[in-house]
Amino acid sequence: MKFDHKEEWLYTISAKRKLININFKEIWRYRDLLVLLVRRDVVTVYKQTVLGPLWYLIQPLFTAITFTLIFNKVANIDTGSIPPFLFNLAGISIWNYFRDCLNSTSDTFKSNAGIFSKVYFPRIIIPISVVISNLLKLGIQLFILLVFYMYYLYAGYDLHPDKLLLFFPVLVILMGLMGLGLGMIISSLVTKYRDLKYLVSFGVQLLMYTSAVMYPMSLISKKLPDFAWIVDYNPLAYIIEGARYMILGEGDFSTNGLLYTAGCTIAIAFLGIVIFNRTERSFVDTI
Amino acid sequence: MSDVILKVENISKQYRLGLVGTGTLSDDMKKWWYQIRGKENPFLKVGEVNDRSVQGSSDYVWALQDINFEVQRGEVLGIIGKNGAGKSTLLKLLSRITTPTTGVIKTKGRISSLLEVGTGFHPELTGRENIYLNGAILGMTKSEIRSKEEEIIDFSGCDRYIDTPVKRYSSGMRVRLAFAVAAFLEPDILIVDEVLAVGDIEFQKKAIGKMQDISQGHGRTVLFVSHNMSSVESLCTAGMVLNNGRIGFMGSTQDAVNFYITNRKKSTNNYLEFNDKLNDFVEIHSIGVNKTKDDIFSDEDINIEICLTLLKDTDKRVDVATAIYNESDQLITNVGTGMMKDAVVESVKGVKQCINISIKKPQLNEGIYNILLRVIENRANAPKLKIEEIILFHVKKSIGHNKVYSKVKGFLSPEINCNRIQ
Repeated sequence: MKFDHKEEWLYTISAKRKLININFKEIWRYRDLLVLLVRRDVVTVYKQTVLGPLWYLIQPLFTAITFTLIFNKVANIDTGSIPPFLFNLAGISIWNYFRDCLNSTSDTFKSNAGIFSKVYFPRIIIPISVVISNLLKLGIQLFILLVFYMYYLYAGYDLHPDKLLLFFPVLVILMGLMGLGLGMIISSLVTKYRDLKYLVSFGVQLLMYTSAVMYPMSLISKKLPDFAWIVDYNPLAYIIEGARYMILGEGDFSTNGLLYTAGCTIAIAFLGIVIFNRTERSFVDTI
Repeated sequence: MSDVILKVENISKQYRLGLVGTGTLSDDMKKWWYQIRGKENPFLKVGEVNDRSVQGSSDYVWALQDINFEVQRGEVLGIIGKNGAGKSTLLKLLSRITTPTTGVIKTKGRISSLLEVGTGFHPELTGRENIYLNGAILGMTKSEIRSKEEEIIDFSGCDRYIDTPVKRYSSGMRVRLAFAVAAFLEPDILIVDEVLAVGDIEFQKKAIGKMQDISQGHGRTVLFVSHNMSSVESLCTAGMVLNNGRIGFMGSTQDAVNFYITNRKKSTNNYLEFNDKLNDFVEIHSIGVNKTKDDIFSDEDINIEICLTLLKDTDKRVDVATAIYNESDQLITNVGTGMMKDAVVESVKGVKQCINISIKKPQLNEGIYNILLRVIENRANAPKLKIEEIILFHVKKSIGHNKVYSKVKGFLSPEINCNRIQ
């Protein structure tokens, strides 16, 4: 009897490249690691500082106050019936989740070089764990938003969340995937070309201004019709705008826009996985 | 039927030397351009054999080249070779940290290695939390770790601190805990790198003992990397010698060890002359160990003679130090003119001087020894010149020593006498 040994190998390591080479079974086997990494991130955040999670409140609150003063009081951006402060706080909370996911995944290879060069596990576990543990921060910020929401409701403002709020988690997932995808692309390129790391912090800032965080999307086409396409083509803008509509009931809800966003997100996430996959194979030699 | 658990076919690994800069980008473009046209990567042809001591002309070197071997289930394969022979690169490829430039590695089992001690420890987490995190990083599931938790804590000897954050641990304790986690892994194929045994002497012994236990365990497949020939001989069922990135020998343990030792013996020499100027402070003309005789025996004095010329004026004291290492790269002794009260080397430029360092009857065991030479100015820590393995010499056992047993274990082959006194 003859056996064909080729079928029996558990896995092979080879020089040949496949476009995408993800072993989902293996990732599933390492699920405990994912849980433990998320737990580590969550637990250690509390352990490090005196104010602890309070820092999560201070940053969005002060940013929202600054935005309100500059964009609404000085520049007179109209936020409709919504109090400007609440309008900004909602935008910032969502935006921050994207920013954190992008920032913390974009140096995956560099900051984990120590572990990666000594032990093998599916590398993608690290960026995924980061995106999940950032949800905690999002949760805290949404809680603040809720507190101020209650306050303004009590103060007599006409606020009415839309029934589409049920789909809010979908927006969070899209935002996370987008941050993850972009972060994985950047982290892969940074291993060889460090130039990119300077681009990231600066680029994220610019991206925020084109993502309708501190103004409604309708305003830009009214005031700056020549540049409105920048915002129109920015998939992030639809998420921010959509989230604000769900929470505050103000603005435009564009189903097509969100479908476009979902398409972009999936494309970027896929591209991110492909590039990340390529890099993880031999980045140890270049970092 | 033979049961091959690991099969390595035509593995090669190329590294690019030098810095990452604009050259990298242009090389990448070139590679990519060749790839688009379906041609072979042009840089695979330009690599050189990895010999660190020789200045190469190419930016690309082969750390490993054309490695082919198979490992049977239950086999304990010893991998031996000089520093820089490619052992670590091979381990890195096998443990999937990086991928080969060419070739395929096929395996039927999960591979883990004992070389990643203490990776992923988080200082803010307690010892117990870190056991779980580290275990998971090494590929254990939560339930596996839970079942071994007590054993791990016990082995590490850190019971008392186990619920304290790791940042309050001493570095020794951290290493113990980390090793304990790694030692309780149960992969199908285990890679053991004995060179990396860590901690204080007591723990090192425990660690090496544990490594040996694992290697001898029932039917476990082990790849064992060591400089210690006696432990390779006692533990392994097969041996492989790596030499400048290629397999020098593959076969039975005893043959592999013999191959390695005779290979080194070939390069042993009592006397060497140098023509190249190695640096601008001092020129070494020659070095000899008992150079007037052919053989060096255990019961003889060892006379190391070094001829040199200082190339710079100095008003400070100059010393020559020689450190003797054995086959396992363990330091036997480090002696030199610095141990004398008065300077031996004259601090004058341009005069050839020969220095003799005599060691009275060191009674070295038979084997191959190498000398690390240092030239030191003003007793400063950083030597002006340092040459590793400047000379290898072979010590033979004296005739008349230890009449019954042919071979003595350990560092020394002393002249002994045993009497019954009561």
